[in-house]
Amino acid sequence: MRWSQTWSQRSSRTTTIAAVAVAVAATALSGCAGSGSSGGDAPGTQGFTPPDVPMQKTVGKGEGEVSILAWPGYAEDGSTDKAVDWVTPFEKQTGCKATVKYFNTSDEAVNLMKGGQYDVVSASGDATLRLIASGDVAPVNTDLVPSYADVAPFLKDQQFNSVKGQMYGIPHGWGANLLMYRKQDVATAPTSWSAVFDDASKYKGKVTAYDSPIYIADAALYLMKHQPDLKIKDPYALDAKQLDAAVKLLKEQKANLSEYWSDYTKQVSAFKSGSSVIGTSWQFIANLTNDETPVGAVLPKEGSTGWSDTWMIAAKSAHPNCAYKWMDYIVSPKVNAQVAEYFGEAPANLKACEETSDKTYCDGYHASDAAYAAQLHYWTTPIKQCLDGRDVTCTDYAEWTKKWLEIKG
Amino acid sequence: MTTAGAAYLHRHPRLRLAGVLGAPLTWLVVVYLGSLSALLLTSLWTQDSFTAEVVRIWTLDNFRAVLTEPLYHEVLLRTVSVAVAVTLIDLALALPIAFYMAKVARPRVAKLLVVACLMPLWASYLIKAYAWRLLVIKDGVFEHTFGGSPGLGLVAVVMTLAYLWLPFMILPVYAGLERVPDSHLEASEDLGGRPWRTFRSVVWPAILPSVIAGSIFTFSLSLGDYISVNIVGGTSQMLGNLIYAQQTLDLPIAAATATLSVVVMAIYMLLVRRTGALDRL
Repeated sequence: MRWSQTWSQRSSRTTTIAAVAVAVAATALSGCAGSGSSGGDAPGTQGFTPPDVPMQKTVGKGEGEVSILAWPGYAEDGSTDKAVDWVTPFEKQTGCKATVKYFNTSDEAVNLMKGGQYDVVSASGDATLRLIASGDVAPVNTDLVPSYADVAPFLKDQQFNSVKGQMYGIPHGWGANLLMYRKQDVATAPTSWSAVFDDASKYKGKVTAYDSPIYIADAALYLMKHQPDLKIKDPYALDAKQLDAAVKLLKEQKANLSEYWSDYTKQVSAFKSGSSVIGTSWQFIANLTNDETPVGAVLPKEGSTGWSDTWMIAAKSAHPNCAYKWMDYIVSPKVNAQVAEYFGEAPANLKACEETSDKTYCDGYHASDAAYAAQLHYWTTPIKQCLDGRDVTCTDYAEWTKKWLEIKG
Repeated sequence: MTTAGAAYLHRHPRLRLAGVLGAPLTWLVVVYLGSLSALLLTSLWTQDSFTAEVVRIWTLDNFRAVLTEPLYHEVLLRTVSVAVAVTLIDLALALPIAFYMAKVARPRVAKLLVVACLMPLWASYLIKAYAWRLLVIKDGVFEHTFGGSPGLGLVAVVMTLAYLWLPFMILPVYAGLERVPDSHLEASEDLGGRPWRTFRSVVWPAILPSVIAGSIFTFSLSLGDYISVNIVGGTSQMLGNLIYAQQTLDLPIAAATATLSVVVMAIYMLLVRRTGALDRL
């Protein structure tokens, strides 16, 4: 009795407080509702107009610091490996103290860039257009970036890094997602992605997959080569039926997985301990694993999905001068070569090929081979307008996201 | 000056009260209720399918999805089952340990045992979760020692969480048992009560509020956990992982999913209240 009385008195009072809180929060939020509109139409439609963000005219004196959002391995400061450090020389050279934050997936990068505390970001093709469309990144004045002149021509003014001939970033490098395997457990080097799809049961409970909706494209690419009747032409342009087929394949794959990875350190430790023996990976992860556990990383015969990364500058960058200095520095021949060799990708700067420690490096990665680069299926954001030009409705990223959560169950 | 101020405050008790309660109450309203209502508001919005920007268009679609799609039912059921299992295991482990500490061990030993219970809390959560990963993985410690291991998965999640939250069950139960006078146990024995009967009729009713306090910790901490699931859970996901994945992909639906755990906790608290155990806490 006593309890229930005090409870009801108390609860009526808490309701009032809660109501006030809701009202306060509502007014506070609605106050900024007007400014939060996402400008422009979806890309792919005629006349995609990004929000009007001013472009830098000159690069002045550095602000003393720069905040970098990067893929793991792109902005090493010696903390992973003492010999691998290009952030410290940058700090000495420019006086811009760099803070680096790594992200694991493009979705994470897009999300973190909304916060506005980062000056530059290394964005892959499935993040770039989203960042441009939401007005989180500014157009880049390539005249202020001397290194840009030496960037491979086939990376300039591309659909994923520019809008109407205006560049929104400086190309960094490109490469393919590889099939990594633990040599101790996988006797012969796999030649096909079937090792993680149709034949995955051979390594039941020891297969890994990348934890992001974009991984659906890997399944789609596999189906493109193995089930021609589905008529998949581009793994990022899937109609409902094709998406369902990819989802089905991934659900079957799940039974054979040990785990999904997005944190590269988790992938390294899983391969070192042997809890995973085969799965999609990056050259950089293979290198980190190889110091203890022999692993191989191959480009299977189906080709692969991959990335083409671009350094972009935040629209609200608090340190734009240091940000421009960083973009120029990181793509300069010597540093671009260092990063490319460390991460295992083709450098964007063609002059970087003269600076690599292994002189045949660029040939191995086909750095200047536009035809080869065109074969890789770079991460890009799926949208309703089919990217392969078909006249049907394709599934967009929101749908992929939903399906991905469903696959993971 | 100060005495004048004090005298003024003395004459105005309401002002005094406002001074004392003002800061914590503001914190409670702004930070706690404010964030909860922001969560609720976000769950009623939608997002731009391309840029993932939250668009302020009112809709109940997120809740419709959360309530009707089988994905959410499965994940919720899995999460609640894990939380219940963890709570029961912790209770089963905590009762004998706490009883020994409170009633059997000498005070010096009891103190040492309390310290021993608290010790794991000194180590980082992540280190403990990764340690469990090394225990349960293939070719890991369990396999080499016992010849078998549950491997990465839900069983490993339950084991890890039960280990992580055990101190939060032992301590309240121990405190509850301390407050049960030895004379009650003796009286029960004198009246012919066997150990089981004494436990059921004397000890259990007396420590029930402490058990419930402990279960609130173990249940709610398990309900919201996503890090150890990520480390030892293999491919399985719990409510926390779903929300974590959604918050980078679709914030409004993440908010709607997050209200699920709020609702589960509210139901749990209401059930607890009905037992009347809170009155005696």
